Parts: sequence; structure tokens; C-alpha cells
Amino acid sequence: MLSRVQVPASARRGEVIQVRIAIQHPMETGYRPDHFGRRIPKNVINTLVCRYNGVEVFRAEMGSGIAANPLLQFPVRAQDSGEFVFEWRDDSGERGESRAAITVSAG
Amino acid sequence: MSDRRRFLLTTTALAGGLLCARVAAAQAHPGRAELLREVTGGAAVQTGRVTVDTPPLADNGHSVAVRVLVDSPMSAQDHVRRITLLAERNPRPVVASFTLGPHSGKAEVATRIRLADIQDVLALAQMSDGSWWMGGAHVVVTELACLEG
Repeated sequence: MLSRVQVPASARRGEVIQVRIAIQHPMETGYRPDHFGRRIPKNVINTLVCRYNGVEVFRAEMGSGIAANPLLQFPVRAQDSGEFVFEWRDDSGERGESRAAITVSAG
Repeated sequence: MSDRRRFLLTTTALAGGLLCARVAAAQAHPGRAELLREVTGGAAVQTGRVTVDTPPLADNGHSVAVRVLVDSPMSAQDHVRRITLLAERNPRPVVASFTLGPHSGKAEVATRIRLADIQDVLALAQMSDGSWWMGGAHVVVTELACLEG
């Protein structure tokens, strides 16, 4: 699954940064019929977890009410230089992962 | 007028007024109480502290930008644990739940949602002390996220 993560390359310790992720996914509601009138089964990214240096800082449990190609933006307090790891899973069992590094300077 | 007659008149008027108010409240938001109970597990919900930022008029119900802000210091002792987004008139009213914590620094989350009708978008926030707070915004959608196609 294609995704784009936006994390500032650098921040000061204690600064609250905005983290953003966009994932290419149809987020099928389960209500939409295909060209033959058959219902396309529901398939949405149901869980996304963001870890910052191994600590879970954000979790999203999503349903079919989230728009296609989901976009999530949330704040995180910069503590130490390291890595943000995003992991997600959809209803069909497909998993995705994305990473972004950050350099944190003192005060 | 006798005291008895006055008493009867005022009490019936009061009772009627109360009944009307209750019926009106129930009709304005049918099913809201049950939906809130489903999310909070029956805990009391207070109004305030939660701001839902949406465009008042959305062109396209397939993708409506929503930002939820909660008034909280986000410290280890006092922070927002969870934010649940609700769209009552969607076929599945629970849109998403977000877990935050003191690492967040600020109590805020932004995403894009589908809206199947003109409706109130509600956000419920559970604080670290277990209390629930609610805020909402009315969104008028010109092109609804229809169920088919």
C-alpha cells in the first residue's frame, strides 16, 4: 500500500510537532456495487498505530465513515532523535508500514 | 378561581409542557442517547471542552475535513485518553476512535470523513479521569456520500 508520511526533519526537545500520514486505500464501505451489481465487500483500514522510538503515541480505529485514501494528522511531543513507525491493517488482512526519522536538538 | 382549580390548571399545563419538551428533544436527535450509551458504556456525557472544526458547508460528502480539539493540559495526570468521532445519520454512525496520551502534547486530531446526510458531526472525548465530554458541529453537505456508486 502506498503511503506518505510527513514528519518534520528536525525539532527542539519538548516541541509539539504535527505528524501526518496519507495512505492510498479505497476504504470500501461494503455498500457499493460493482459493474455486475454485486456488492463489493467492506474493506477499510481498521487499525493504524504510530510508535515513536518504540512507544505508542497514537492509535486510530477506523470504520467505513473515513474517506477513501485516509489522511490522519495528530500532534506528538518531540523527545529524542529517532524514528516514527506507522503500521496499519485492513479488513482483508493486508498490512502496511511506513517510517520517518526525526532529529531532536536540546532545548 | 378556586385554589383547587388553579392548582389543576398549572399542574396540567406544566406536565403538558414537559411532555412536549421531551418529545421535541427525542425527535430532534432520534437514537442519539442509545448511540452515546453504546460508545461510553452508559457513563454520563458532559457538554463542552470538545471543539469540532468542520466547514459549515461541504461540497462533497465523500471527503469532509474534520478537526477535533479538546481543552486539556495533556499531562501525565490529566490528559485525553480517547476521542470518538460520530456521524449519527451515516449507516455506520461510529466513524473512528483515536487513542491519545501525554505523548501527544496537544489534544487534537484531524482527518477526512464521509457524510451520508446533512447532520451534526459529534466528537466524544474520554479524559484520563474517565469523564466523557462532547462537542459537535452541524455540517451541510451538498453532494452526499451516497450508499451506492
